[in-house]
Amino acid sequence: MSFLKSKFHHPRLARNELGLTHRDYEGSLSTLCAGCGHDAVGAALVQAVFELSIPAHKIAKLSGIGCSSKAPTYFLNQSHGFNTVHGRMPSVATGAGMANRSLKYIGMSGDGDTASIGLGQFAHVVRRRLDMTYIVANNGVYGLTKGQMAATAERGSTTKKGNKVLWPDIDLATMALELGATFVARSFSGDKEQMVPLLKAAICHEGFAFIDIISPCVTFNNHATSTRSYDYVREHVQEGLIADFVPVASDITTSYGEGESNDICLHDGSIIRLHKGSNGFDARDRQSSLGAIHKHRENGEILTGLLYCDPTYRDMHDILNTTETPLNSLNEKELCPGAHTLNGINNGFR
Amino acid sequence: MKPTNTIDPTHFHKVVDCQYACPAHTPVPEYIRLIMARRYTDSYMVNWEANVFPGILGRVCDRPCEPACRRQRVEEKPVAICRLKRVAADNKGDIQDRLPIIPTKKNGKRIALVGAGPASLTVARDLMPLGYETTLFERDARAGGMMRSQIPTFRLPEEVINSEVDLVLNMGVEPRFGNEVNSLKAILDEDFDAVFVGTGAPNGRPLDLPGLKEAGDHVKIGINWLAGVSFEHIDEAPKRVVVLGGGNTAMDCTRTALRLGAKDVKAIVRSSYDEMKSSPWEREDAVAEAISIIPNHTPLRYVVENGKFIGVEFDRVETHWEKGKRRLVSTGEDPVLVECDLVLVAVGQDVSLPWIERDLGIQFDDWDMAVVNRDTFQSTNERVFFGGDAAFGPENIIMAVSHGHQAAASIHRYLTDGRDVNDVPIGDYTLTSQKMGIHEWSYQSAISDEERNVVPIINLEQALEDITAEVELGFDEKLALSEAARCLSCDVQTVFSEDLCIECVACEDICPMDCINFVTNGDEDDLRSRLIVPADESERDLYVSGQLKSQKVMVKDEDVCLHCGLCAERCPTGAWDMQKFLFQADRAT
Ligand SMILES: Cc1cc2nc3c(=O)[nH]c(=O)nc-3n(C[C@H](O)[C@H](O)[C@H](O)COP(=O)(O)OP(=O)(O)OC[C@H]3O[C@@H](n4cnc5c(N)ncnc54)[C@H](O)[C@@H]3O)c2cc1C
Ligand SMILES: Cc1ncc(C[n+]2csc(CCOP(=O)(O)OP(=O)(O)O)c2C)c(N)n1
Ligand code: SF4
Ligand code: SF4
Ligand code: SF4
Ligand SMILES: [Mg+2]
Repeated sequence: MSFLKSKFHHPRLARNELGLTHRDYEGSLSTLCAGCGHDAVGAALVQAVFELSIPAHKIAKLSGIGCSSKAPTYFLNQSHGFNTVHGRMPSVATGAGMANRSLKYIGMSGDGDTASIGLGQFAHVVRRRLDMTYIVANNGVYGLTKGQMAATAERGSTTKKGNKVLWPDIDLATMALELGATFVARSFSGDKEQMVPLLKAAICHEGFAFIDIISPCVTFNNHATSTRSYDYVREHVQEGLIADFVPVASDITTSYGEGESNDICLHDGSIIRLHKGSNGFDARDRQSSLGAIHKHRENGEILTGLLYCDPTYRDMHDILNTTETPLNSLNEKELCPGAHTLNGINNGFR
Repeated sequence: MKPTNTIDPTHFHKVVDCQYACPAHTPVPEYIRLIMARRYTDSYMVNWEANVFPGILGRVCDRPCEPACRRQRVEEKPVAICRLKRVAADNKGDIQDRLPIIPTKKNGKRIALVGAGPASLTVARDLMPLGYETTLFERDARAGGMMRSQIPTFRLPEEVINSEVDLVLNMGVEPRFGNEVNSLKAILDEDFDAVFVGTGAPNGRPLDLPGLKEAGDHVKIGINWLAGVSFEHIDEAPKRVVVLGGGNTAMDCTRTALRLGAKDVKAIVRSSYDEMKSSPWEREDAVAEAISIIPNHTPLRYVVENGKFIGVEFDRVETHWEKGKRRLVSTGEDPVLVECDLVLVAVGQDVSLPWIERDLGIQFDDWDMAVVNRDTFQSTNERVFFGGDAAFGPENIIMAVSHGHQAAASIHRYLTDGRDVNDVPIGDYTLTSQKMGIHEWSYQSAISDEERNVVPIINLEQALEDITAEVELGFDEKLALSEAARCLSCDVQTVFSEDLCIECVACEDICPMDCINFVTNGDEDDLRSRLIVPADESERDLYVSGQLKSQKVMVKDEDVCLHCGLCAERCPTGAWDMQKFLFQADRAT
């Protein structure tokens, strides 16, 4: 068994604006099952952050409990991180986000962590539109506790042991849309070409960005009667809108005919460029997205790609008017502005 | 691209860069692994079977394997493959009972071998165990060829030559030493079934410049002078020696002169330093002994004044490249006189076959070389085969060995009823899974970060005092094990079974070298340009699978794979397996 990955890397490996290779963004060698989709999600995140040239220490990884929530150990070694109690990642993320706006927050959760024990926390963090990227590595089971069906498993599918799933599933993308997320996407861990630009856009989006990534559990949910197996997902995926991520200040060279592409400009100046697939819908229109998701579900298809994005909404910081300065950098003068300011406040209540 | 054909051994053979580069296809990673297990005798025998002279080659091989070594593409320096071979030889136990049994009942075929260098000795080694009778003709009193007559003892001690040459002679070779052969016809008339010509390239090329005649004994042919030293006719050198030439012979001349009392030794070369013909390490060893190498000087004349030899005059030149061709152009400066007492000319060697009558059906080319088939080593007289330096001009020992193997196999086919001498097999191979447990392999899969170890040497004073003192001490066990661990086991192949792959891409993600790609198919140039790390400039082959369920294909760039096995450890379905590929080049059997 290898516990170490060689530090040698390809001599012609690409470097980003910081002079780093993607290997510089790795984490420890994964201890997840060989072939677990969560590792592919981690690899896509590494690639996305590398391509965005974000220094790893400007990122905080947050997670709950589960194989998916273990995964942050296996990417972005140099980033900040917090493994919270099961299902409680949203509150810790909220606290951290409020305390320090200067970091990028990436939450990594599972469908158990989010759709079962953490459902209440999830609803509120979406509703408050915390500025973060919230990833659910969705495998339809509780992987870490050996394969009990999660709330996202579809009715009618059967467990590895042959038990039927009795209850209708929760679709987290739909929930996120309903509760007010300002960026919603779905992807598949076996499709890095789709995941990487979506993750880049989600990280650059100011506001609550949710990505549901179908991430098969090779050990407990990759059997023939599962609807979360590699084969099933690959056969039932429908890519709706193909999203390219155009970074800030890059030359826009490709041009598309009228109606073929559609740009969404993010706060930092980067652009999500959408190309209509055969079943186009309007990704700026919540209702249109919800309709598209439902229609595909009814056809037994899984709609992937960017589902919704509207960068014009205000996020939690805007609403609360929080300070740009991380709290730990505020000095005494700013924290204790003196009797004059206190009087002003008190007078405000009179 | 079409899926890679892995039934044919070529793809995997090329992945074992060192073995592929070795003319005798020595299974390098296999013997290094045996050293790591401290199985020195086994390691020696793996070598002996492939290259006949492990102790000799472990000291003086031209080592084409090392520039090919993959380690150099992922780290700075190649594995010290050559010096590890010496480790096996230095530490081996008794091998007597492992040598092939020589049948007492012979097969009735008699082979004449002319010239007792490594080429002929290899033919004897390969044919004796098959029941052939061999007769070895040699001008010198002892066998070994230029290994004995040319390579200085401070690089290759006599005992090492004796022990490995004797292993072959003791198989029952009939020696006819001490007489120059001057007629091939006479040999053919002796009713040999086949003749192998392994007489090398024994003629040193002279450098005929003005003043040569007047200079007399002050100008000597380097290889003749070295042979004189080896056979102890020459035991001193004058104070100031100039060696003309920049090849390995020149380097040996300089270092030998230093040991015979010369104080001021220069190698003066026409080319630039970087373009010198000698191997970099031979040059470094000479420089380490304070020999000065003077590049960009073309000799004009030997200077003799009033009957007294003064030295050599040179024109200063620059290298110009025109359409890939080198041209040396005079700088126009005044000529330089380099004073000295002895000039050794080391500017090349030629094959010399005046003893072969021209009416025996052997065709000769414009350069007076016999026309030899490159695959069978047969000449245009079907009974006469060539190999070693005599076949295509001066090369090196390992090439001579390789020729010997191939010629022996051809002779064997030629003399076996019903076989076609031109039907040359590629060779055989085995592929064996190295899986021991879930994530356990029977080879060292962890990658060592160690840098190349330096071979310890004796101090310079001691070295210069005694010409027979071997300069290199060889690796001790600690260094040897550390060096052996640097080998990446390129023979342990990543073997892909597309029918098992579920395209989870775990292997693509884990691979430290970004070798593995899942992409849509295309032609080779297109595929190379679309890999995670584009492989447009790589000379190494791509390993391409058939179409997978997603319509993509797996494409692996073999260039810098570490053979770390992580892809196979990460694969949930066993679609990757690490399998040892043992290639055996065609041999007489
Ligand atoms: C100075 C020098 C240093 C070298 N150093 C190295 C080195 O470090 N590493 C390396 O790999 N290679 C080295 N070489 C090259 C290497 O020695 C030869 O390439 C190799 O020995 C060729 O082997 P061979 O069997 O073809 O012929 P040879 O070794 O040349 O043997 C031919 C034999 O045939 C005999 N012979 C020739 N004509 C007749 C005849 N008419 N009758 C009877 N006998 C005859 C000769 O006496 C000789 O013994 C060196 C060469 C020189 C000159
Ligand atoms: C408070 C609490 N309740 C229950 C558990 C047991 N538990 C650990 S992981 C897990 C489910 C994880 O499922 P999911 O989030 O889908 O992650 P996966 O392993 O599938 O990636 C449960 C129920 C726990 N650790 N803590
Ligand atoms: S149990 Fe399932 S989810 Fe957990 S590591 Fe293994 S494959 Fe991944
Ligand atoms: S053995 Fe596999 S994981 Fe290791 S470098 Fe080669 S392809 Fe990559
Ligand atoms: S790890 Fe195995 S199953 Fe997964 S993509 Fe690689 S070869 Fe295929
Ligand atoms: Mg789960």
